[in-house]
Amino acid sequence: MPPELVACVTAVIAKTQHIPPESVTIDSTFEELKIDSLDGINILFALESEFDLDIPDDAARKIRSVREMCEGIEKLVAAKNAALPQT
Amino acid sequence: MTRRVAVTGIGVICASGRTRDAFWNALKAGESAIRPMTLVPEGSVRFPNAAEAAGYRAEDYFEPKEADLLDRFAQFALIAAREAVADSGIVFDAALKATGAIVTGSCIGGKTTEDDGFRGLYALNNTRFPPLSIPKAMANAGASRISLEYGITGPVYTISTACSSANHAIGQAFWMVRSGSAEVAIAGGSEAPFSLGLLKAWEAMRVVSPDTCRPFSKDRRGLILGEGAAMLVLEPMDRAIARGARIWGEIAGFGMSSDAHHITQPSPVGAARAMRAALADSGVAAEAVGYINAHGTGTSANDPAEVEAIRSIFGSCVPLLSSTKSMHGHALGAAGAIEAAATLLALHDGILPPTANFTEPDPACDVDVVANVARPAQIEYALSNSFAFGGLNAVLLFRK
Repeated sequence: MPPELVACVTAVIAKTQHIPPESVTIDSTFEELKIDSLDGINILFALESEFDLDIPDDAARKIRSVREMCEGIEKLVAAKNAALPQT
Repeated sequence: MTRRVAVTGIGVICASGRTRDAFWNALKAGESAIRPMTLVPEGSVRFPNAAEAAGYRAEDYFEPKEADLLDRFAQFALIAAREAVADSGIVFDAALKATGAIVTGSCIGGKTTEDDGFRGLYALNNTRFPPLSIPKAMANAGASRISLEYGITGPVYTISTACSSANHAIGQAFWMVRSGSAEVAIAGGSEAPFSLGLLKAWEAMRVVSPDTCRPFSKDRRGLILGEGAAMLVLEPMDRAIARGARIWGEIAGFGMSSDAHHITQPSPVGAARAMRAALADSGVAAEAVGYINAHGTGTSANDPAEVEAIRSIFGSCVPLLSSTKSMHGHALGAAGAIEAAATLLALHDGILPPTANFTEPDPACDVDVVANVARPAQIEYALSNSFAFGGLNAVLLFRK
């Protein structure tokens, strides 16, 4: 997984949760970070802005960890790039 | 003074029908009124479907000048109140005007009016706001307009507790009539949430279904927003009998609680406390309850929590329950009133409205939800649940 993507996702989570950036790692679970369902939709909203994405509800509902979030964003970014016209 | 409280008038306007009879016939037929949304531009929100009062035109009910003064939610309130009062046969003489009460519920008030005004300011660069916006948007606009209609000068107010608004309103009115502090009451709720700004906010909450509303079904994907109003006329049972009124049923108890748990996640403990409080308020034993009109939003969080709450009271003898939101949508501050109408009509006619769109049992909601087809059942007592964001719960107990 691209380190820049992980850095960006963890930074967004830290900022949204008002917690120190170093406390969010790729291996953190939402439970460890005390991210509940309402925090989750707030993070999704921020990530949509950051990556210029639409994150579908059904995919988002299953995410319980930073790693799952990064994997999901990576897939959506790849799909978005694939849909762009080739130059 | 404690008096029995009869419901002698019911008025309804919502997606399932623009009169009480049309509404009830649709519910008995198990017809879901969820359709592609028309009140905002297609594709402007992620969820394409809603339970709109299809075919509603303000000019069918109001003179143009009057319609201009009323946001859609207040129009619905007045239409439902007119039907309920006409149905009750009550004539508001001087004494009843002075001792009458009106309590309405609304979660969002005239949000559509506000949204239009804000769009004018921010998108169209208008420098002025339409001058009727303040009285149109106030959450008590419906209650105040009903008060003007009948000259009712007693306690008139509006309760805003999100999705529990109407149950709180009906419960307060019930207590006033029961205690003698009001001689008659018009109570219910109204809502008209289809403005783009509010729908985008619901979209961001990620609780609205992308297809339809399937409460308690394993493949449920969320709630479907609805709109409309329902109003009840409440009066002392003695008065109703003395004047030979048709009695739809009785309100037997009201209970409320706050979860004090989480701003959006439901708590089975808090929900159960409100149901127990409604039973205690009436002195009726849990075993007497034969039907529950569930809050049943169809979200992943609500339905199993509600079943857990119900099980904590009824154990293995859970009453039949259904969520009529599967047909008329979730009308927020009007939901409890529309569902009160459904519950009263169910008891009166001996037929339970189904949970429509049900496809697959969920082990986490392992109860009989009267799936898809209405069921005949002679039942004396029924609960109607409303549980709101903010953890505020309000439950009504009805008697045939």
